[in-house]
Amino acid sequence: MLEALGISAPALFGQLLIGLINGSFYALLSLGLAVIFGMLNIINFTHGAQYMMGAFGAYLLLEHLHLGYWWALIIAPIVVGLTGVIIERLFLKQLYQLDHLYGLLLTFGIALIIQGLFRNYYGSSGLPYRAPAELQGVRNLGFMFLPNYRAWVIVVSLVVCLTTWFVIERTRLGSYLRAATENPSLVRAFGINVPRMITLTYGFGVGLAAFAGVMAAPIYNVSPLMGADLIIVVFAVVVIGGMGSIMGAIITGFGLGVVEGLTKYFKPEASDTVIFVIMVIVLLVRPAGLFGRRV
Amino acid sequence: MEHVVDPLIAVKRGARWSEAAAFAVMVAFFLVAPAMVYPVFLMKVLCFALFACAFNLLIGYAGLLSFGHALYFGWAAYVCAYAAKSWHLTPEIAILTGTALAAGLGLVAGALAIRRQGIYFAMITLALAQMMYFFAVEAPFTGGEDGIQAVPRGYLFGVFDLGQQATMYIFVLAVFLAGFLVIYRIIHSPFGEVLKAIRENEPRAISLGYKTDRYKLVAFVLSTTLAGVAGATKALVFQLASLTDVHWSMSGEVVLMTLVGGLGTVFGPVVGAFIIVAMENYLAEFGQWVTVIQGVVFVTCVLLFRRGVVGELANALKIPL
Repeated sequence: MLEALGISAPALFGQLLIGLINGSFYALLSLGLAVIFGMLNIINFTHGAQYMMGAFGAYLLLEHLHLGYWWALIIAPIVVGLTGVIIERLFLKQLYQLDHLYGLLLTFGIALIIQGLFRNYYGSSGLPYRAPAELQGVRNLGFMFLPNYRAWVIVVSLVVCLTTWFVIERTRLGSYLRAATENPSLVRAFGINVPRMITLTYGFGVGLAAFAGVMAAPIYNVSPLMGADLIIVVFAVVVIGGMGSIMGAIITGFGLGVVEGLTKYFKPEASDTVIFVIMVIVLLVRPAGLFGRRV
Repeated sequence: MEHVVDPLIAVKRGARWSEAAAFAVMVAFFLVAPAMVYPVFLMKVLCFALFACAFNLLIGYAGLLSFGHALYFGWAAYVCAYAAKSWHLTPEIAILTGTALAAGLGLVAGALAIRRQGIYFAMITLALAQMMYFFAVEAPFTGGEDGIQAVPRGYLFGVFDLGQQATMYIFVLAVFLAGFLVIYRIIHSPFGEVLKAIRENEPRAISLGYKTDRYKLVAFVLSTTLAGVAGATKALVFQLASLTDVHWSMSGEVVLMTLVGGLGTVFGPVVGAFIIVAMENYLAEFGQWVTVIQGVVFVTCVLLFRRGVVGELANALKIPL
């Protein structure tokens, strides 16, 4: 049927698949940004650099310690998350009484430092990283070929996103988090250690970015600036979705990935800008964002 | 909550003599400096100083953080370069063409961005700038990776040869001083006072009957227009417009200059631009370390010197600067 319309099914589904993959990363990263923003009231500009650190973590674990993908998937997010905890304790903690803009400026500075350091040691070109043996190969779905690794990325990010949503919206820990977001001093008065919760939330959000980075390593090349441009697109995703809702961040992330994939098929030259154009339209029609409350 | 700008310094009025004295020192410095320092370096400082002053008008006085000011700077540079090279316009007309484009872009981007506040405002301006960056990469007339090279400086008003380094320097200094005085006038006008009121407490300004969105939009357009003047002039100084000028790192740089010099101070952006341009010049041989050092300066300023160099000085001397 599609052929009758002059559309090549394998190419179309191929782009859709790439869209879903990109959407997985948008969802994971905007989810982390939303969680961090909820607790810390800071837009974490370092997020892209921390995503890159996750990918480099996978690369370095393999190069120096001969630990493969599966180990990297566990170790890299924890280590990068710990660096996040240090950043929060040392720097971000001092900014909570100040205007939000300082948080943006500080995390931008930290991102410059991290990206600059990695560029010094590893150059700007991409380093290859192979998908694990268990996930290599492709599956024939009849209408298209699906590389196993890509299917794995989509499934795992969906699971991680939905688990995060479940923990925040449906568990006791999540209710503490949400309460602390609304009124930290009251929650503190109930004997809950809010500062520690803030630190762990930042560590978790950063770990999530690093997790996305490890998963991205076999798909994109590992390079110091891999997160720098991505984070700006994720900002647009966040503006479109609004940061008030966890589920909103997930749906917007995947949805925009798919739209971008479709654009790549139908109008490839517009694929870099389509998300920004959607942002403009959303700002005109629904200024608070698709899932946002008026801020 | 501590504000972006220390209200004590920003609001304190009456003691204009300190600003007049500082202005005299600044003018004297830029008149004498070419005898000692390489003029192209000074012209770069002047262009970036105007760019930072324009940016400061927005963050320092209206409290709006635009993280996409490279858009207006870079696109004005492209259009000015193209007008001078392909349409053979005289330099002043070429600069005005670039500036007009920056004003138009600012009107559109500003109208969109002020629909959201605070942190979202910053993200929207950044995203719009990134969108226009991709246009600059793909548009045929920008020359892609090469940019627009060998832009002729031409004859100012058809008379003065800007190919002469001294003439060019005087022209750039005049442009900078004109822009600086325009910004100074805006800051100290009733309009500027309303901007400061919006920065301090927007709901209260609204309750006093001010249409704050309009004030913010006008401030945004003024800021982008002056950023355009700076970008267009820079294109003539270096005879080059390239992707560097529209990249997000340029937006970050102007934030850094203003932060180092002092947000919401009149002379801060000029000092900040001088420091950052000098730093990049003298540290160029360290290559990638420049980015790292910029990051360290960012972090240090945010954590320890939120008032910036000029802000700290003004605070120590208890005078507005």
